[in-house]
Order: sequence, then structure tokens, then C-alpha cells
Amino acid sequence: MTPAISTTGLVKEFGSTRALDRLALTVLTGEVHGFLGPNGAGKTTTIRVLLGLLRRDAGAVTVLGGDPWRDAVRLHRRLAYVPGEVNLWPNLTGGEVIDLLGALRGGLDRQRREALLERFRLDPTKQCRAYSKGNRQKVALVAAFASDVELYLLDEPSSGLDPLMEVVFQEVVRELRDGGRTVLLSSHILAEVEALCDRVTIIRAGRGAETGTFDELRHLTRTSVVVETARPIDTLTGLPGVHDVSIDRTRAHFSVDTSELNRVLARLVDFDVRSLTSSPPTLEELFLRHYGDVIETADADAELVGAR
Amino acid sequence: MTALTGTATLARLALRRDRFRLSAYVLGLATLWAGMLAAESAQTHQALVEETEIFVRTPAVRIFGVASGVSVGATVLIRGYVVLAVLAALMSALAVVRHTRQNEETGRSELVGAAVVGRYAALAAAIIVTVGADIALAAALGLAGVVTGQPAAGSFVTGASVGAFGAVFAGVAAVTVQLSSTTRGASGLAAAALGLAFLVSGVGNMLGSADASGLRLVSAWPAWLSPMGWGQQMRPFGGDHWWPLVLSAAAFGALVCAAGALAARRDVGRGILAERRGAAEAASGLLSPLGLVARLQRGALLAWAVGMLGFGLVFGAILDEVAGSSSATTDWYVRMGGSDVIVDAYRASTIQMAGMAAAIYVIQMLLRMRAEEADGPLEPILATAVSRPRWMISHLLNAALGSLALLLVFAISMGLTAGSIVGDVPAQLRDIVVAALVQLPAILVIAGVVVAVTALLPRWAGAVSWTLMIVFILLGPMFGAATLQLPEWTQSLSPFTHIPKVPGTDVTAIPVVAPIAIAAALAAAGLTWFRRRNVALPA
Repeated sequence: MTPAISTTGLVKEFGSTRALDRLALTVLTGEVHGFLGPNGAGKTTTIRVLLGLLRRDAGAVTVLGGDPWRDAVRLHRRLAYVPGEVNLWPNLTGGEVIDLLGALRGGLDRQRREALLERFRLDPTKQCRAYSKGNRQKVALVAAFASDVELYLLDEPSSGLDPLMEVVFQEVVRELRDGGRTVLLSSHILAEVEALCDRVTIIRAGRGAETGTFDELRHLTRTSVVVETARPIDTLTGLPGVHDVSIDRTRAHFSVDTSELNRVLARLVDFDVRSLTSSPPTLEELFLRHYGDVIETADADAELVGAR
Repeated sequence: MTALTGTATLARLALRRDRFRLSAYVLGLATLWAGMLAAESAQTHQALVEETEIFVRTPAVRIFGVASGVSVGATVLIRGYVVLAVLAALMSALAVVRHTRQNEETGRSELVGAAVVGRYAALAAAIIVTVGADIALAAALGLAGVVTGQPAAGSFVTGASVGAFGAVFAGVAAVTVQLSSTTRGASGLAAAALGLAFLVSGVGNMLGSADASGLRLVSAWPAWLSPMGWGQQMRPFGGDHWWPLVLSAAAFGALVCAAGALAARRDVGRGILAERRGAAEAASGLLSPLGLVARLQRGALLAWAVGMLGFGLVFGAILDEVAGSSSATTDWYVRMGGSDVIVDAYRASTIQMAGMAAAIYVIQMLLRMRAEEADGPLEPILATAVSRPRWMISHLLNAALGSLALLLVFAISMGLTAGSIVGDVPAQLRDIVVAALVQLPAILVIAGVVVAVTALLPRWAGAVSWTLMIVFILLGPMFGAATLQLPEWTQSLSPFTHIPKVPGTDVTAIPVVAPIAIAAALAAAGLTWFRRRNVALPA
């Protein structure tokens, strides 16, 4: 199957700053693809290149088989976009914006529009200036999802949504995938990407760092565990896959490679576990741990780009 | 007084944020006033008398000012008072809105409100800083008068009358920010109150009568219902009354108390007036780039049309007065209007001023393209099946048609009043409408410039467009190269210079076709370049 999106060696520079540095990204048709990276890694820049809003400086880009710079208008009939920062016209209502963006894209499904308004509990009669950030985000989501298109480009779409709406959002994305649509979901929240995406590309300082399914990336993840036991914990340090151990008699705090989790739990049982909390790693931890010292310079660069 | 805790700190914050803006207002207005006085000082006594007489004799013109006798100060202030007072009121109202409602809308006040800050502190700080600026303005205007050689008493009464009007509008804004939940709404309500104040005092002056000398207007009672009337009735340079200040002070006090009472009755971030609901679905007219831009420009176009209608009616109504006068003013009309026949020269120069106003409208509207790009609403539009040229052309068409509509509104209203005074409405309408239509090519050149600059130098679009507009006006027929002591050829750089001076002269093809061709070339260059560059979206 031809990929819905493919970039190779994609370079985008702003003055002397290299925002995208030979980025490779492949999104297969019909998958939900996670696009993970810390703030300022180049996610938004990539999506703007995919939309033909920014012109690439080098490399090859195909979206739905076309060149997003040359064929922007033709391609845009077949895709929908939710910007990361939703700025709308203050004196138009949410309903008007949804209809307008749908019409400019080439039409939207009235029934779907009503159903989405209902599900996201969005009042379409308010003027955009009166919406909170979360509600502006909902306007953009409804406007995008109400169109029946092949590809959805979502740039940190759930920022500002409350947990209930996050659930609705995830449901809708799953329905799109079941309907055979392609979704590129940029995010800096690992849990959201893990819940929704078939495959993930991790972007760091404008470069694709890793691509694969979550299982393939399992080696990147480590679980933090805090445990309290009845008997003093004598040793954990020797176990394979256990890191950053600190033990205070019957209390221990450590992190463990996900692949080794089961073996470590089996050992803990011997100490008579009273309580145990485990938390998935955050993206920031993952980056710090996996890419170590490089991250700081990368972040500094990334901030420069973000501030432009 | 825990409700006022933190006022001093917030006042310092407001002063720090506004130090340049408020200083610029105060210095700018004082300079403007000094310039007006200096220019008028060059006039002969006879010219001053004639100018004053027009403002006493013609009811329509009395809307713009109250005559209080003949002297340099008194005569300039007839026209000058409304200008100074309106700018002072805008300075004050916008400052109060900026430090109260705008902070609430952006969420800054939540940050501040969580600190040790009393309920009324933000409002009190805004009022203190604004009234401080009004007092500084009063002093600066007074000094400007003294420096340009006017009597000290009149100079400082002028300052006080303008400053007091500003302070009243600080009070008005203190109330409107309680009423509306948005910055735009609060400023809009204050602006509406300003318009009303002008209208009420204007009606009072229209209904007034001349005193025995024929050089002083006695206003009718409605003038006393408006704070603008109170300022005018202080009669700077023509009696120098201080006592109407009491009325302004009382109104200010009442407004501030009302604002305090309203503030106690509402939540932070909310207004007393309920938010208006809008349409749940878009009307079909909105569903295209052209329709969207038309909708976004609608409010501004309506406001401009009301202004053009008013000025058109008034300028038409005084046709006779101008034709009858014989002084330095007529020389100016003759030069700008390009005809020895004063009626033709007057009509041509008035229409040219309307054309410049319409050009300003076009610049304002087209610079919104830059704002849409920099603020972000352009991004979702260009992510749909709308091409960049189509988006730009939608803006261009709307702005051009809007300026055409404004010119027609002005021409028709001027033609109607002028025609009814000289007794030939169809002829006046025909002449003036044709004169208005020939302004359009020059306006299109300016539109082309803005489009090209927005495409080529997005970050500098506003600065370059406005600078060019000012240069075009200075080099145009309104001033003329001779006045500015520039070589003759520089005049031809301004598109305004090439407008045929209808109805005094005939229309020929080249002055119409050539600017349109230039405008088309500029717009085409802009569209091409915008198609090729990165969109400069917010990070």
C-alpha cells in the first residue's frame, strides 16, 4: 500500500536555525500514527510543511500521492487539519466557523456535525471570543471531524480538553481508524499516543529518532515503582533491568525496564508487599533517560525555533 | 480600606506599561495644538473674522464647534476643540479598558487578583493613572498655548476643558468595562457614548443663535446635557469660565461611584450585560472566502459609511457659504480643486479629501490580511481548499468595493444637500458622483501597494503602508510641493496628484487607465510573491 504521508531527508530552516534536519516520516494509509516529541522538536513545523504552508528547503515530501506545496488546494479537499493553537475570528460563532471551514474544504456531513456537537458538548451559538481554550479546541475538532476525508492531521489536538472530552476524542479517533481513515496525531503526551496509535515516530530536534509500533519501542520505556513491604527489602540492585534504586528498610523506589517487570514483581512478593504504585514514564523522562545529555542542547535549539 | 489594597503597586504597573503610549498622546496632542495655533497666527484678522462667521452663521457647521469671538486662540479652538476632546477621550477610555477589562479578558487579572490585591484596586489604579494623564495633558496644552504666544488664562482653560472631558470618559470607560465582558465591547460602548456626547452638544449648537456681534454662538439647552458641551461652554479665549468644571467633576465622581457599585455586583471575567448568542449555523453567504471577509469587514464599513454620510451632508450644505466667502480659505480650495470657479474648486477638493479617507479605509482593511497571518486565523483557512491568491483577492475585492461604496455614500449625500441648496439636485449628484468615481484609480494604486508590501515584507506591512500613505498625502494636491519646499517633480510620485479635478476639468483616459494598470501590476506581483513564500504563522 502506498503511504499516506512520506518524507525523506526533509530540511526546513528559519534563518540560521535548522528546524527540521533530514526528517524521515512515513504514515501508512489507514493507520493512526503518533508523532511524538517534546515541545519545540519540530512537530508543528513538519505539519505545516505537509500542509504546504511552509516550503521545504530540501528533501522529498508526498501527501496523498501529491506535492503539498504545488498541489495544496487539490490535496486539501482530501484532508482535514486541527491546528495546535486555535485562533479564530472573535465575532463569529463556533457553529459558523465549523460550517465555514467545512464548506471551504468542500462540504461537511450535517448529521455528523450535529452528532459531534452533542458528543463534545459544544455550544455552537457562542461567539469565538467567549470560548475557553478547550472550547476553541473543540470547535476545531468538530470542524475537522465533521468532514469525511481520507487524512486527518491533528497537532496536539487534546491540549486544553478535560479528561471526559479526552475520552470522547479518543473514541472518535478510533472510529476514524475503523472507517479506514488515516490519522497523524502529534502529541507530547505518551499515554495518549500509546492509547491510540498503531505506530509512532519520535522526533527530536528536527530529526526522526525512532519509528515503530509501541511494542517495538518497548525498550524505550521504563516503569517507576514505589513499593512498601512488611519485611525489610534486602536487595534489588542485583536484578537485571532495575535502575535508580533507593531503599529505606521497608520502602523502595526504583525504575524497571518494562520487559523485566514480571520477574521483579515476583521477587518483591517475597517481602510481603503492602502497597505498590507504578507509573508509566513521561515522555520527558523517556527522553532524558534514552538520549541522555544530548537532550539539553537539543532543547535549547528547539526553543529557539519555537520562539520564532 | 482593604478593598483598595495594592492600588499603588498596580498603578505603578499600569504606568510602567503605558509610559510610552500615554506620553505619546500627551506630547502629540500638545504639539498638534501648538501647530494649529502657529498656523492660525499667520492669518489676517479679516480671515479670522470670516472663518468665525461661517461657524456662527451656518447651522450645519456649528456641529463641529462653538464660536466664542475672534482671536487666534478662539478661532482655532472652534474646530480644534472637538479634535482635542475626542482624542483625549479616546486616550482615557482606552487606557482604563486596557488596565481593567483587557487584563480580565487575557487572564492577567487572575494572576494579580490571587495576590494581596483588593477588589477595587485594579479599577482604582486604572483611574488614577488615566486621570493623571489627563491632568498632564491639561498642563501640556496650557503650556503649548503660552509658548505659541496666546493669553495664559485662555491657554490653561483650554487645557482644563480638554483634560476634564478626558477624565469624564475615564469614568465612562470605568462603567462600560463593568457592563461588557470583552475589551472590544467595553471600548465600543465607550466610543458610542463619545459619539452621543458629540451629537448632543452638536445639536445644542445647531439650535443655538448668534449674539449681537455675529461672532459668538449662544448654544441652546441640549449643549448642557453633554460633557462636550460643558467643555465648550468654558469658552477658552472668549470669557474663560472655570465653573463648568464642576459639572465635569460631578459627572466623573458619579460615574466612578457607579462603576464601583457595578464592580461589586459581578464576578471577575464577567460583565453585567449577558453575552449575546449568535447563529448556530452559518448563513450561506458566509461560506466562501469572499463572504467571510465581507462579514469581517461589515462592522468597520458600516461605521465608516455613517461617518461619510454625515460629512457628505454637511459639506454639501455649506456649498453656498464657501462660494460666498473670499479669503485665504478660497485660495486653498482653488489650488487643491484646480479651478478658478470657487464652486467647482470646492467640490473637487472636498471629494479629494473623501477619496483620501476612502484610501485610509482600504489600507486599514487590507492590513487585516497581515493580522490574520500573524495572529493565526489564516492557518485553518489555508489548510482548506482555498488557494492563497483566492484568499488575497477576497480581501482586495472587499476592500475595493467597500471604498467605492463609501465614496458613493459621500457623493450622494453631498450631492443631495448641495443640490437642494442651489436648487438642482440631479446636476449636483451627477457632477459629484463622477468626481467621486475618478478617485477610485488612485485608491486602487494604494491597495496594490498594501497587497505587494504584505506579500513581500509581511513584518513591515503596517509601517511601510502608512508611511507611504502619509508621503502620498504630503506630496498630493492638499499641500503641494511648493508648500513643502520640494522640487516640483516630487508631486508626481503621489497617485493623488494625477486624479482629474472633476468637475472643474474633464476626465481623460490616461489618468484613469494608467493608475489601474499600475495597481493591477502591484497586486499581481503581490499575489505571485505570496504564493511563493512561507506563511509567517505564530509559533
